[in-house]
Amino acid sequence: MNFTTHTGNRGLVLEEQLIFEQGQPGRTGVDLPEPKGTKSRLGGLDRDSDVGLPGLSEPQVVRHFTRLSQKNYGIDAGFFPLGSCTMKHNPRLNEKVARLPGLADLHPMQPESTVQGALELIDQCAHWLLVLTGMPAVSMSPAAGAQGELCGMMAIRAALDARGENRRRVLVPESAHGTNPATAAACGFTVDSIPATEDGRVDLAAFEAKLGDDVAGIMLTNPNTCGLFERDVRKIADLVHEAGGYFYCDGANFNAIVGRVRPADLGIDAMHINLHKTFSTPHGGGGPGSGPVVFSEALAPFAPIPYVVKKGDGFHLVETADEEDGMQPFGRLKGFHGQMGMFIRALTYMKSHGADGLRQASGDAVLNANYLLARLKDKLSVAFPGYCMHEALFDDGFLKDTGVSTLDLAKAIIDEGFHPMTMYFPLVVHGALLIEPTETETKESIDQFCDAILSLVAKAESGDAEFFKNAPYLTPRRRLDETAAARKPVLRWKPETA
Amino acid sequence: MRYLPLTRADRAAMLDTIGASSVDELYCDVPDGALLDAPVDLPSHLGEMQVERDMMALAAKNMGASSVPSFLGAGAYRHHVPATVDYVIQRGEFLTAYTPYQPEIAQGTLQYLFEFQTQVASITGMDVANASMWDGATSCAEAVLMACRATRRKKAVLSGGLHPHYREVTETYCQYSDTEVAGRDGHPEHQATVEELNDLIDDQTACVVVQYPDVFGRLQDHTQLAELCHAKGALLVVVFTEAVAFGAVKSPGSFGADIVCGEGQSIGNALNYGGPYVGLFATTQKLVRQMPGRLCGETVDQDGKRGFVLTLSTREQHIRREKATSNICTNSGLCSLAFTVHMSLLGEDGYRRLATLNHENACKAADAIDAVDGASVVNDSFFNEFTVKLSKPAAEVVEALVAKGILAGVPLSRLYPNRSDLDNYLLVAVTETNTDEDIAALASALKEALA
Amino acid sequence: MTKKFSQEHEWIELEDGVATVGITDYAQQSLGDIVYVELPEVGKKLTKDGDAAVVESVKAASDVYAPLDGEIVEVNEELDDNPALVNEAPESDGWFFRMTLTDESQLDELMDEAAYKDFVEGL
Repeated sequence: MNFTTHTGNRGLVLEEQLIFEQGQPGRTGVDLPEPKGTKSRLGGLDRDSDVGLPGLSEPQVVRHFTRLSQKNYGIDAGFFPLGSCTMKHNPRLNEKVARLPGLADLHPMQPESTVQGALELIDQCAHWLLVLTGMPAVSMSPAAGAQGELCGMMAIRAALDARGENRRRVLVPESAHGTNPATAAACGFTVDSIPATEDGRVDLAAFEAKLGDDVAGIMLTNPNTCGLFERDVRKIADLVHEAGGYFYCDGANFNAIVGRVRPADLGIDAMHINLHKTFSTPHGGGGPGSGPVVFSEALAPFAPIPYVVKKGDGFHLVETADEEDGMQPFGRLKGFHGQMGMFIRALTYMKSHGADGLRQASGDAVLNANYLLARLKDKLSVAFPGYCMHEALFDDGFLKDTGVSTLDLAKAIIDEGFHPMTMYFPLVVHGALLIEPTETETKESIDQFCDAILSLVAKAESGDAEFFKNAPYLTPRRRLDETAAARKPVLRWKPETA
Repeated sequence: MRYLPLTRADRAAMLDTIGASSVDELYCDVPDGALLDAPVDLPSHLGEMQVERDMMALAAKNMGASSVPSFLGAGAYRHHVPATVDYVIQRGEFLTAYTPYQPEIAQGTLQYLFEFQTQVASITGMDVANASMWDGATSCAEAVLMACRATRRKKAVLSGGLHPHYREVTETYCQYSDTEVAGRDGHPEHQATVEELNDLIDDQTACVVVQYPDVFGRLQDHTQLAELCHAKGALLVVVFTEAVAFGAVKSPGSFGADIVCGEGQSIGNALNYGGPYVGLFATTQKLVRQMPGRLCGETVDQDGKRGFVLTLSTREQHIRREKATSNICTNSGLCSLAFTVHMSLLGEDGYRRLATLNHENACKAADAIDAVDGASVVNDSFFNEFTVKLSKPAAEVVEALVAKGILAGVPLSRLYPNRSDLDNYLLVAVTETNTDEDIAALASALKEALA
Repeated sequence: MTKKFSQEHEWIELEDGVATVGITDYAQQSLGDIVYVELPEVGKKLTKDGDAAVVESVKAASDVYAPLDGEIVEVNEELDDNPALVNEAPESDGWFFRMTLTDESQLDELMDEAAYKDFVEGL
């Protein structure tokens, strides 16, 4: 029975205004002591106008954000198979530990003698990353994956400059994530695209033909953005090294091989690791992340400041470029020392899993993805033949002549109670659908998802394109007008519009 | 293992469906010898109890700033975060959500981002703000890059009052582009005049970057500087490290700043030994398309109901690739939510009062420190942080006070290790969390250490 | 003068020494709803096949290239407020910029309407 309620609410699905629309002067959610009225020493710059913030009591604030949260889908709610994002379960122990007094309340500029436990924690987290990757050095400071890429590429640039070589061309597969070319450009490199073969991997012959003495290196994702392991990776490493360049590896897909393959054995020079992917730190609706970068011996001297070293019985934070002999840091990437809150969570996750658990995690992740692939491959069009790694890639061939696009299918999946898979990435496949179940999903959950997809595909094939074009139907908001949002951007609330 | 649900039976059934004999077979593309046949040399899995014990042991080796009188600032500030904030950000629908690329099932995230953007624009006095950056220092670097794009010029002047980390990060970010960064050395007892800065602006200058309050705690009116910049076609970038300040002082927007950016950690976020923090970034309507980072905009859905979406994304890396405004992808979601919740609780009255309390406590502490022989406050103006000149090297004094269980402040030598002329200066921050007892303890311990 | 077309789906029309440039109907259809057009500055010198403008839809930003060598003398300011004009009237009111040409003979290298129609059909 469909009807309009007086409030606009629909049972448990509650409408919620902006805080600015419900504030009242005289309301507050905090009780602060009365100011004393001391004469100010603000250099005559005392504020003389309102900021324009609404007043709400604590109950209102709690209700407001609770209602907002109810309009969000999260891993806690259900299957979240976003390819390339590794939406695995976020353990609650991580959150508890990150909030311990003695960890959460440390100021970054406290004297070293008062934070030896913190420095030891960073060192331990670094140690796990070094052993898992087989690499000799790591920079813990990058704030997220994209900054990790910047870290790796800047180290390469610094190493080339130190060699007095003016190499500026970086080879990047067509299928690469957009951050790769954006990062290369930020380091003063030009980007030369490498095509893929029929089976979704880098075209080795094309790659070899592009090598020259102006090549700074390659940025390769492995497993790649099509969810496949680059079979020729060792050959690629050898070739780029012979040509005098470096091998940067985008480690976004490390979850497929963690504990089973060490990137060092594949010949890499640098690799960033997304702690918010492989090591379960929460996605938080868009961050914060953490992107430590492991380095080879050749690039280690160029790692940025600051970094932690062992000193005597304890630990020391190196904060200046000229402090250690033989080190030539390329600079500093962010304020203070790195995303400590994420190191705590990641280390908690690592210790919980152990070497055996991590090995099991990657194996289960790959098994889950191949199971999903096996269940769907007869009805959906698989992009590339063979086994996949931790994610399965389809193109929109199976939707041909149905009038239903990848986007439309995804919107229908939402009504079935799932977050859609990654769509339209990688760009090399038409109408891409990239599905990554992760190891924390049960077989039953994957079966339920596959059954739902197959039923939707059948519906599309039956000719009901209209149904898909107007999906989703059951969500707090239906399809939103993104064109209007971009043509006439309204990026904040203003009193006049009330 | 508690996070891994597949059973032996599950695996057997799945392999059967796939038609593979083992999981190893699925790794057939891995080169010979690279597929490990045993776990790596690290400890085996542990139960919650043991992991907790191990991590608590690490925590026990630290002196938490909330457990002792603490006066540390220099870009990160200890404030009281109401209990509601942490409760809200731990809700699974916020904690475990992804970037809101499917807006129909992410209106929670999108609506708070819209509120966040409004709050940031309001406190900075600017037209629009983005959905957060990684931290204040990277925001500063991105502001310089943005100014260069917008003016199509290549030089940036960084004032001596800018936090050294912010300067270093900006220099690092620009070193491989043709942007020339001219950073100036600052001093707590000298301040560049507007005329001096004006002399550095020419027709190739994209922007001048100042910090407000500056790294030594000083406050300065930048209206005239903004006019001089604009007269020469350059932009004024105003950076901040203490977001609470704007509850007590005029906003940078009121000076005529073109870009205002900085650190939002003070609101809603714990100290966390330096991260994760949250970069705030705001600009004028005119420059909005040059702004890096994600943006949330208002729109309507098919039924005409108001909703929110990420917008203007064609500027970003996933579309523009090498021509993007920035390579940023993940930003600081949960930290920006914490900021939004805390600001919602504060409201106009709370925010202004919080700022006033900070300043009053700082005045009290400044007086107490001035009364100590061998210590004198050098600032004429300050918000909640000021520089003290000591009769002994500040780093030594700080260590002496650690022994007494007091975190006295940040010696300038920690921020400027190669500036021996700054060895005797100490940066002291005072917030609403510092009690009269804290201040008295600090003063008396300083007196002893300087005797 | 008749309209000429480039392989990058731009059209150009010369009149009294000034050429008007825009994108074709085929291009606007492929791009979808146009949300913004980034126009070059008046006075900018263009080289054939070099970057001239950027046209943005919700999900993509596409470069618009200079069909010939020359200099920008005017840009269509209507597009600031109303980028939808490019969708509605791509080959008339939705023009992007006007330029003077360095070498009018370069026009001969471009396709005429019939040739462009064939070209599009072959895509």
